[in-house]
Amino acid sequence: MLRPVTDADGAPFWEYAARGELRVQACAGCGEPRFPPRPCCPHCQSFEAEWRLVPGTGRVWSYVVPHPPLLPDYAELAPYNVVVVELDKAPRIRLVGNLVAGPGEPLGSLPADRLRIGARVRVVFDDGLPRWVLERS
Amino acid sequence: MAAGTAGPAGLKDATAIVGIGQTPFAKRLPEDERTLACRAVLAALDDAGIAPGEVDALASYTMEETDEVELAKACGFGDLTFFSKVGFGGGGSCATVAHLAAAVATGQASVGVAWRSRKRGSGARPWTDTTVQLPTPAQWTRPYGLLRPVDEIAMLARRYMHEYGATRDHLFNVALACRNRANQNPAAIMYDRPLTREMYMTSRWISEPLCLFDNCLETDGALACVVISAERARDCRRTPVYVHSAAQSLPAQHHGMVNYWNDDPLTGPAWTAARHLWKHSDLAPEDVDVAQIYDAFTPLVLLSLEGFGFCGRGEGGAFTEGGALEIGGPLPVNTGGGGLSEAYVHGFNLINEGVKQLRGTSTAQVPGASACLVTAGEGVPTSALLLRS
Ligand SMILES: [Zn+2]
Repeated sequence: MLRPVTDADGAPFWEYAARGELRVQACAGCGEPRFPPRPCCPHCQSFEAEWRLVPGTGRVWSYVVPHPPLLPDYAELAPYNVVVVELDKAPRIRLVGNLVAGPGEPLGSLPADRLRIGARVRVVFDDGLPRWVLERS
Repeated sequence: MAAGTAGPAGLKDATAIVGIGQTPFAKRLPEDERTLACRAVLAALDDAGIAPGEVDALASYTMEETDEVELAKACGFGDLTFFSKVGFGGGGSCATVAHLAAAVATGQASVGVAWRSRKRGSGARPWTDTTVQLPTPAQWTRPYGLLRPVDEIAMLARRYMHEYGATRDHLFNVALACRNRANQNPAAIMYDRPLTREMYMTSRWISEPLCLFDNCLETDGALACVVISAERARDCRRTPVYVHSAAQSLPAQHHGMVNYWNDDPLTGPAWTAARHLWKHSDLAPEDVDVAQIYDAFTPLVLLSLEGFGFCGRGEGGAFTEGGALEIGGPLPVNTGGGGLSEAYVHGFNLINEGVKQLRGTSTAQVPGASACLVTAGEGVPTSALLLRS
């Protein structure tokens, strides 16, 4: 499976994720959160940033179900879902992820008929990657 | 306007496309990309009746593998004084012509050639190269299995269908219009392969909600065109096709095909391109007789129909009903078959088909066509041309 290939802007996200914390970059000047992380704030141009803890809850904004041809590791698990989750209280922060049957469960573990736009989800961490489970399962 | 300044009217009808060329299209062609590039470029110059030694400007895509030095020394160009490459894959197609038009209109050059040569049919699928695919922003998407352009666009398509009630039948209407035109075009890959609704609805998924027929072809081929001043174009052997208006577009806070991170992900670069294109044009959407709309994936056409003002927000799906995109409908599209059914060469075949329509030589000619919109990839920083005869 592909691991995140991070850069200077993104590295803190993954360091926090490895500790089980969901944090997003926010401007230390005007307070706007931004995603993906970048060197300065598009609203006030400040280079000062902080990594703000966000609630690990949200709603499914959209999803896809990829089928082969895919990279071999992913083809083995296909069809699986990929979701975009809109975070509560930060509607512009939408995180790509996977909706799984439970913590530690693999891609494709959630039956496809459980997927729907608007479903409430919460974050779980699996080997440093945020994944998502249905709030009521 | 003060005399001597290049104002908004600077590009309008100042240049024309006077030559087009292309190689055969196939899943696999024996020659390499460089050879195919030379063949398409020389065919376009021959069509224009202009000697290679007169070429002094070039424009292509950053993804083009044949560089200016290779092309110039092989084809026997003169001294080049302008050359430019545009980024973002198929989003750069129309911008190649736009850059040449600007160079010729401002006196930087006099004979420009734009081209694209690609062996996407027999070559590797770009997304399989994970060393290239994993710089930012891939860290936010690829580990989760959002691997291919089709996955990224399918995510927007699902949301679009959810918000506006667009259906797979609407996507099928796009695929069908392209296939029907390809069935009239002997050069098209899908010339002898009709498409039915049954075939579409039962085809395999690629990335739900998109199926096989929502995806463009994988093609080997090359195309080129020649841009010169409108004044000289009037003496050329072919009917001049004027570059009436041209636009590039990278909207504020746009994120490419993973445009998930702004206020309104379902309005993309088409909207920005359209505002600029119409602002600098004498024409309006209702004056467009035929459109060549970038169709790497069917939902991009629905978004583009909205973005370029052929219908309102959220109405792209409904617009396709009743044969609207077919010959005889209010907006025939992709009359050579497009990327879905003629060839996928990063949209350059859409430019050449626009020229054919305005010359009156298309294999699916729209009677009396005098204005054609050509668009580049929606979902990435894009470009567009409004051509007229
Ligand atoms: Zn700020």
